[in-house]
Amino acid sequence: MEVQSIESKKAEQTRQVEQAKKMSPAEETASQPQGPIKMSGKDVSVFYGEKQALFDVNLEILENSVTSLIGPSGCGKSTFLRCLNRMNDVIDICRVSGLITLEGEDIYNPELDVVELRARVGMVFQKPNPFPKSIYDNIAYGPRIHGLTTDRAELDELVESSLKKAGLWEEVKDRLTESGTGLSGGQQQRLCIARAIATRPDVILMDEPCSALDPIATATIEELIDDLRKNYTIVIVTHSMQQAARVSQRTAFFHLGKIIEEGETSQIFTNPRNKKTQDYITGRYG
Amino acid sequence: MQLLTDFTSAILGLILSPLGVVLLLAIVAYLVSMRKATGFYAEHGREVHSLPFYNAAYVTLAVFIPPVLFLIAFSLIAPMIFEMLVKNAYQSHLLTLSDFQKSNFINNVFALSSGNITSKSSALITEASQYLASLKEVGSYIKWGGTIALAVIFGCLAYRSVGPRLRARNRVEIIVKTFLIICSIIAVLTTIGIVLSLVFESLRFFQKVPLSEFLFGMHWSPQTSIRPGQVSAEGSFGAIPLIAGTLLITFIAMLVAGPIGLMSAIYLSDYASPKFRSTAKPVLEILAGIPTVVYGFFAALTIAPLIRGWGESLGLSVASESALAAGLVMGIMIIPLVSSLSDDVINAVPQSMRDGSYGLGATKSETIKQVVLPAALPGIVSAMLLATSRAIGETMIVVMAAGLAANLTINPLEAVTTVTVQIVTLLVGDQEFDSAKTLAAFALGLLLFIITLTLNVIALRVVQKYREQYD
Ligand SMILES: Nc1ncnc2c1ncn2[C@@H]1O[C@H](COP(=O)(O)OP(=O)(O)OP(=O)(O)O)[C@@H](O)[C@H]1O
Ligand SMILES: [Mg+2]
Repeated sequence: MEVQSIESKKAEQTRQVEQAKKMSPAEETASQPQGPIKMSGKDVSVFYGEKQALFDVNLEILENSVTSLIGPSGCGKSTFLRCLNRMNDVIDICRVSGLITLEGEDIYNPELDVVELRARVGMVFQKPNPFPKSIYDNIAYGPRIHGLTTDRAELDELVESSLKKAGLWEEVKDRLTESGTGLSGGQQQRLCIARAIATRPDVILMDEPCSALDPIATATIEELIDDLRKNYTIVIVTHSMQQAARVSQRTAFFHLGKIIEEGETSQIFTNPRNKKTQDYITGRYG
Repeated sequence: MQLLTDFTSAILGLILSPLGVVLLLAIVAYLVSMRKATGFYAEHGREVHSLPFYNAAYVTLAVFIPPVLFLIAFSLIAPMIFEMLVKNAYQSHLLTLSDFQKSNFINNVFALSSGNITSKSSALITEASQYLASLKEVGSYIKWGGTIALAVIFGCLAYRSVGPRLRARNRVEIIVKTFLIICSIIAVLTTIGIVLSLVFESLRFFQKVPLSEFLFGMHWSPQTSIRPGQVSAEGSFGAIPLIAGTLLITFIAMLVAGPIGLMSAIYLSDYASPKFRSTAKPVLEILAGIPTVVYGFFAALTIAPLIRGWGESLGLSVASESALAAGLVMGIMIIPLVSSLSDDVINAVPQSMRDGSYGLGATKSETIKQVVLPAALPGIVSAMLLATSRAIGETMIVVMAAGLAANLTINPLEAVTTVTVQIVTLLVGDQEFDSAKTLAAFALGLLLFIITLTLNVIALRVVQKYREQYD
C-alpha cells in the first residue's frame, strides 16, 4: 500500500519534471519566485597539499531552494560542498581560498565560530554514519550540544518531529532506545537526515544521500527534500540526473574542478548552453 | 686476526661434520635436479605440473630432511646407549657403589673420554673411558654412514620421481605446512609444559600447606626450619597480604597510567599536528623500551627518598620503601602501553563518525567525549585490563622499591610486598628443593598466572565484541 503510494508520487514528480522541461527558461523563472541569496562562493579555490581540486568556483545558493551539484567523479563536488560548512578544516593538508559567505558574512573569517557555522549549515554524508548510540540519542545529539531544548518533554517532541520529517518515525517509534547502528542502510541514512534536521540548521548539505539506497527509500528521501525546501536551503550532490531534475530548482555542473555551467535546473536539462554539459546530462560523457 | 682464524676453523668444522656434508649434498641435489627439471620444462612447457623450482626444491628437501632427522635422533639416543653399554660392561664394579657414587663414576668416565680433566681419576675410570672412546668411534661410523646413506637413497628416489607429471609443488607445500605445524606445536607444548609443572609443584605445596590457609591466611612469614626436625619454625603461608600488596601497588600504578596514558592517546590521535605526533610516538616507544631495572633504581633511589622527604615535611611518617613510590614508577612504566593500545583503538573509530559529529556543530572535545570515547570504550577497557595484568606481573620495580615486609595495609605510605617479590625472595640463595618455602613459589606463580590469565581473557573477549560492532 505504502509502496504503491510512494511509487505513484514518484511518477507524479517525474511528470512534473517532464512538464518543467517542456517549459521555456523564461516561463520557469517567472513562475517560480526566487529567494534571496543564502550562501555564495566567489573565486573559491581548494588545494589538497600541492594538488588543486577547485579552480575559482563561483556559485550562488538561493534561500528555500534545492541546488544540485552534478558532474563526473572526482570533479570536486564533495570538496565544494565541504567548503560550505568548513568541514575541510578537518583535513590537515586542505587549503581554501576565495570568499564564501552565509547571509553576506564571510564564513572563513577568523572571528567566526566554526562550531556555530556548522550548527547553521548541517551536513548529511554520502555514507550513513550514525553514532553507536540509541536512536533517540542520535537525534538528540545536536539539540543537547547546542542547548536547543530546556526540558525532556521538549526534547522528546523535537526528536519525534525530526524523525517524522525524515519519514522514519513509524518504523522506529517503538525502539527508540535501540542502537542506531542496528538500522538498515536506508534507515540509517534517514536517521542521519533527521539528526541534521534536529539541530535546526538554515542550510542542509547532502553528499549523495541516496547512493546506497533502493528506489523506494530514494523516493522517500526525495519527497523529504522537497518538503524540507519550505523551511530550509538545501544543497545536494548527486550522480543521478533524474534525481537532480526531480528535486532541484538550480543545478551546477562541475568538471575538472571548475563550474562549467549553472542555472535553473529546467534550463540546464532542456537547453544547456555548454556542449560538455549537454554531453554529460545525455550520458555521452566518457 | 685471532677472530678470523677462529671463524674459519669453525666453518671448516661445520663443513667436515655430517651436517655440513648434508648441506653440500643438498646444494648439489638442487643444481642437478634443477637442470633436469629445466630440461623437461623446456620440452613440455605448460603440460608440466610444477615449475622447475618446485621440482628442485622437492629433491633438495628429500636430500636434506631425512639425514637431519636422523642426526637429531642420533644425538639424542646415542649417549643413552653408550651409558647403558658402559654400565653393562662395569656392572660388577658398579654394584658395589652407592647411587651417588654410581652417577659420579659415569660422569667421570664421560668427562675423561671427551678430554676433560677429572678430579678423581682411577685406573678403572681410565679403562672405562677408553672403552667409551671405542664405542664413540663406532658411533661416529654409524652417524656418518647413516647420514650419507639416507641422503643418497632419498635423493636418488626423489630425483628419479622428478618428471612432468610429478606434483612437486603440492609436495613441497605439504612439507612447508608440516614444518610450520611443528614450530607452532613446539610453542604450544612448551607453554603447556610450563603450566603443568606449575600445577604439579603447586599440588605438592598444597600437600604441605592446605589450600584454604594459602588463599585466606592473613599472615605471610615463610621461615622454614634451619635444621631438619625443627617443627616449630615451619612459618605461615597466608597469601592475602601479598595479594593486597600487589593490588595496592597495581591500583596506584593504574591511577597514574590510566588517565595519563588515555589522555595522551587522545591528544596524539585527535589534537596533535602530524609533526608532533611523528616525534612524540617514537619518544613514547623509547619510554616503553627502558629496562625495568632502570625504573627500579629510579624508584628506589630517586622517587622513594623524594616522597619520604615530602611526607616528613607534611608531618607524615613514610617508610623508606613505600607502596607509593613503587606504584608511581610502575605507573610511569606502563603509560606507553596504555597510550599506544588506546591510540590504536581510538584511531580505529572511523573518521566518518567524527565527521558526523563535527557536521552537527560539535566541538572537538564534545566529539571525543560523546562519540569517539563511547565508540572506543570496549577497546579502552581491554587496554586497561592488559596494562593491569602487566602491572600485576611486574617484578623488578617492586623488588627494588616496594620492600619485603608483608604488611596487610592499604596505606600507600607503608612498605608492602607483592606476589612477585616474594617469589624472588623465596628462590634466591641456596634452597632445599622440596621444602614448603620453595614450593610456595610455585603456588604463588600459579596464583599470579591465574589472575593475569583471567584479566587477559576478559580483555580479549571485550575486544572481540568490539570488533563485531564495526565489521
Ligand atoms: N582528503 C583528500 N586528500 C587529497 N586529495 C583529495 C582529498 N579529497 C579529495 N581529494 C581530491 O580532490 C579532487 C576532488 O575530489 P572530490 O571528493 O571533491 O570529488 P567528487 O566530485 O566529490 O567525486 P565523487 O563524485 O567521486 O564523490 C579529487 O581529485 C580527489 O583526488
Ligand atoms: Mg564525492
